[in-house]
Amino acid sequence: MLRYTLKRALSLGLSLVVASLVIFFVIEVVPGDPASFMLGLNAQPDTIAALRSELGLDVSKLERYLSWVGGMLQGDFGTSYTYRTPVTEMIGDRIWVSLPLALYALTLSTLIAFPAGIYAASRRGKPGDMAVMGATQLGVAVPNFWFAMMLVLIFAINLRWFSAGGFVGWEKGVPAAMKSLTLPAIALALPQSAILARVMRSALLDVLGEDFMRTARAKGLTRRQALMRHGLRNALIPVLTIIGMQFSFLLAGAIIIEQVFFLPGLGRLIFQSISARDLIVVESVVMLLVFLVILVTFLVDLAYAAVDPRLRSRT
Amino acid sequence: MMLSRNILFGGLLCFMVIAAALISFLWTPFDITQMDIPNKLQKPSAAHWFGTDHFGRDIFSMIMVGARTSLAVALVAVGIGMGLGVPLGLWAAANSGSWLDELIMRGNDLIFAFPSLVIAILITAILGPSAVNAILAIGIFNIPVFARLTRAGALPLWQRDFILAARVAGKSRTRISAEHILPNVANLLIVQGTIQFSLGILAEAGLSYVGLGAQPPTPSWGRMLADAQTMVSFAPHLALIPGLAIITSVLGLNLLGDGLRDFLDPKIRVMRS
Repeated sequence: MLRYTLKRALSLGLSLVVASLVIFFVIEVVPGDPASFMLGLNAQPDTIAALRSELGLDVSKLERYLSWVGGMLQGDFGTSYTYRTPVTEMIGDRIWVSLPLALYALTLSTLIAFPAGIYAASRRGKPGDMAVMGATQLGVAVPNFWFAMMLVLIFAINLRWFSAGGFVGWEKGVPAAMKSLTLPAIALALPQSAILARVMRSALLDVLGEDFMRTARAKGLTRRQALMRHGLRNALIPVLTIIGMQFSFLLAGAIIIEQVFFLPGLGRLIFQSISARDLIVVESVVMLLVFLVILVTFLVDLAYAAVDPRLRSRT
Repeated sequence: MMLSRNILFGGLLCFMVIAAALISFLWTPFDITQMDIPNKLQKPSAAHWFGTDHFGRDIFSMIMVGARTSLAVALVAVGIGMGLGVPLGLWAAANSGSWLDELIMRGNDLIFAFPSLVIAILITAILGPSAVNAILAIGIFNIPVFARLTRAGALPLWQRDFILAARVAGKSRTRISAEHILPNVANLLIVQGTIQFSLGILAEAGLSYVGLGAQPPTPSWGRMLADAQTMVSFAPHLALIPGLAIITSVLGLNLLGDGLRDFLDPKIRVMRS
């Protein structure tokens, strides 16, 4: 297990290095100099030069890359060009919207998908299974931001149960904050739960064919008992991998949903920074998201190997 | 042999979308560049089947032209993925175990590790929002999908007798890949192609919704949704209809993909009959 962990950790580190290089390179090809953009059209060349050196834009690309990465390793994500505040602070404010939103959506998606998948698998080929599978086909096809707009139309505009957007903040209390994240979380969760339900069903169906399931039935358990006690536990392994992947997807998918609901999360920060040419913020937020995604994948790999020893010998 | 319900229904939905896109080149009920302010925000009627938008433009016509944008972006993105991914996968399988194989597959893993939406937004934001850049951003993430699939499909084939025979006959690995391996993984690629196509449509809609896809006046479904957002309280049809158009095409392609997988896989076919 230690060998496997080290190997995965090495590949995690390598991925992060390459990811940082790719992000830095992509950002560097942006046309337009942030300093001249900030100062406007009538700026004097020497003012621009002064600002460039203040922002650290006058040193070589390699030095800038190294100072960016070095800073991040110490938790310093640089200073925003436009707001002149540390990027770490800006991220700190907004991650408490994006992260809870992703977790909320993940919880909802799991709560919907597990019963649906188990139900479908236990009624394989029967009308109940067909209905659930049909619903999941539809769920996969629905764009989440459109579903979000429909939720706003129904629950905010017509029924007035929720507000149409915005975030009240955690200082107003957890229930109020959770309430303003509810519609966005549902919008994010629905398409994901459709995928998860399908995975749950097919994982259960795979397990149902195993010898130990026949043994369980032979010793007198009912279909349902055998499914719950022996089937579910074994089917969980592939399902957990997908849940891990979904978390990173939800974190990234929240970017567009945050736009729909005007939530002050990382996604909106990225868009605002892109239009303000605030490159250091874009760079750092994207790097943070990539880091979180790669980290979750790494943790899922480890958890998977801990549960299933056969995987440690492979790769 | 019976075609399954999935293929028929999925095919029908796809046919509707493709037909709308193709017909829009020749004819649309109204000119989509023509504003008609007195008739703005009308509900669906006999004259305007899907109603009109805030400029009085006919939504049915815009949906038809928007189908063109969606299909074109997704199709070219799949083309990029297949065009680069399939040769890479074939190459990796033909030299399996070599450093080349290792390099290609690790590179793939890396692209997979990236949150594709974030990077797509980054790419379009930096290169400037346009349909072409949306295609690039979506296409790049299709490459590893096809490379992996091709390699996985090709690897077991290299152990088969007919490949051995071809090697004994003196054919090069490249030639064997093209002449014998590729036709045998084609089924897999077709099925995955339809799925990536539908994902491409969703991605394009998302990018143009946030303003990073096709730019006005080119109509696109995602763009129409973005425009509709502020008017959803008094003109819900503006938001409803483009969404249904997206769902129709994605659902159609997914059903078609599922149906084709069952149809093209002889093992499942035998089990069914």
